[in-house]
Amino acid sequence: MQLPSSEEIIDDLAFFDDWSQRYQYIIDLGKHVPKLPESEHSPDKLVKGCQSNVWLKSEHRGGKFHFVVDSDAVIVQGLLALVLAAYNEKSADDILAFDIDDYFLQLDLESHITPTRGNGLRAIVGKIRELAQSAAA
Amino acid sequence: MSFDVEAIRAQFPVLAQSVHGKPLVYLDNAATTQKPQAVIDAIVDFYTTCNSNVHRGAHQLSDNATRRYEKARDDVAAFIHAPHREEVIWTSGTTESINLVANGLGQLLKAGDEVLVTQMEHHANLVTWQQACKRSGATLKVCPMTEDGELDLDAFDALLTDNTRMVAFPHVSNALGTINPIKLLSTKAKEKGAWVLVDGAQGIAHGDVDVADIGCDFYAFSGHKIFAPTGVGVLWGKRSVLEDWPVWQTGGEMIHDVDYDTATWGALPNRLEAGTPNIAGVIGLGAAVNWLKSQDMAALQAHEKSLLDYATEKANAFEGMRIIGKAKHKIGVMSFLFDNAHPADIGFILDKQGVAIRTGDNCAQPLMKRLNIPGTARASFSIYNTHQEIDQLFAALKKAKMMLA
Repeated sequence: MQLPSSEEIIDDLAFFDDWSQRYQYIIDLGKHVPKLPESEHSPDKLVKGCQSNVWLKSEHRGGKFHFVVDSDAVIVQGLLALVLAAYNEKSADDILAFDIDDYFLQLDLESHITPTRGNGLRAIVGKIRELAQSAAA
Repeated sequence: MSFDVEAIRAQFPVLAQSVHGKPLVYLDNAATTQKPQAVIDAIVDFYTTCNSNVHRGAHQLSDNATRRYEKARDDVAAFIHAPHREEVIWTSGTTESINLVANGLGQLLKAGDEVLVTQMEHHANLVTWQQACKRSGATLKVCPMTEDGELDLDAFDALLTDNTRMVAFPHVSNALGTINPIKLLSTKAKEKGAWVLVDGAQGIAHGDVDVADIGCDFYAFSGHKIFAPTGVGVLWGKRSVLEDWPVWQTGGEMIHDVDYDTATWGALPNRLEAGTPNIAGVIGLGAAVNWLKSQDMAALQAHEKSLLDYATEKANAFEGMRIIGKAKHKIGVMSFLFDNAHPADIGFILDKQGVAIRTGDNCAQPLMKRLNIPGTARASFSIYNTHQEIDQLFAALKKAKMMLA
């Protein structure tokens, strides 16, 4: 399945008024993102969080970044799908220009991207921006 | 005295709120406890009426602050049955208490010496000793536990040797809830001539702690797990041991005589308390132990036990749920896993329903590896929790199970 764009996701999530429907949508979104195979779970791809671990594989081809992510928690995987919707198949400049905090604010999920949650999401965003920065430099 | 949980709850203002539109069910008490109005009032009153530095002021305000601050030492000493008031050393919490001891131990250890800890340690009672051993060339040994989360006492005996200098173990496991036989373990270790430190972070709030009766050399705990503020804690140590223990931080307050090239140290407790202390925190801790002492402690303990028993019974009847830590003697903590869901996901969905729990490695990564699990979801109970809240927990878990299926 083609991942919806970040704008589409904002529209989709605004449609639900019940938190459990919103979470269900996020979980389903996560299920449609290809997972990084366990054989590729190498330490250099691991982003440790104290609640769950996430893995990130990145490639820079043809001026665009291609990411594969994996989490052992399904809601985290769904949140990673939201991140990918913003960053995957984008140029370094596009990645750096994207306001992820505002995006999560519009999704009403800002608590997940703040440093208070040890789920690795913020660390992933930091890593992606770091990669974009070194490519743009 | 009779026990009325609603009367207790009413004294904790934070519990009256809603989160995500649902009444807060606070089951993260092993991480930190809430504060009763009596503690909040003591802190506010200190800043409102007598804020001043302690010990050194030649004025009335400082005298008042010092009196309250040292009264808290008396109150805490009485609460833990310390034989001498100067055995109560103020720290920032359990972690600093253990670091104080480990830092000194690192200077006393030599190659060939051994330090014994257990498989169920919180990182604070593991990494501290591990690093002290690395610095000194001593060996860290780890006492195994059973699958149920009870220490293997035969192994403990076998691991104690004439080279064992320090034995450290938790009073109560933060991840499993196991109550360890601390008096027995202390006796065994003392027979070998080792020092004994009990990590009391999870033990202090759940029962009568009598440090003299335990027979240990050190008992460490945090204020914030016993209804007092964060940033204050206690290292209790036997006077004869603390008197000669290598000093920890140096600076003001802890000295006797200072020259540009030398210094000598003051007497207990000052020699181990450098710098301006957390005065308001100490006064809050004094208020917390006095508040707790004014309750019917036996009734509180019976209530806590009934909460854990009730939750365990419901968990056993909940299909697909597995309790982690099944020691015979447990208190306060129910760690668990679902067969088909990650603990982090359970935590997110519970939060949305107003239920606050901890998920993750519980600051005990080696223990999680030992049990071959990624972490746990952990509900932990305190005196103000109710049976109805446990019903709410399980209703929320049912929803989580449905959503994560």
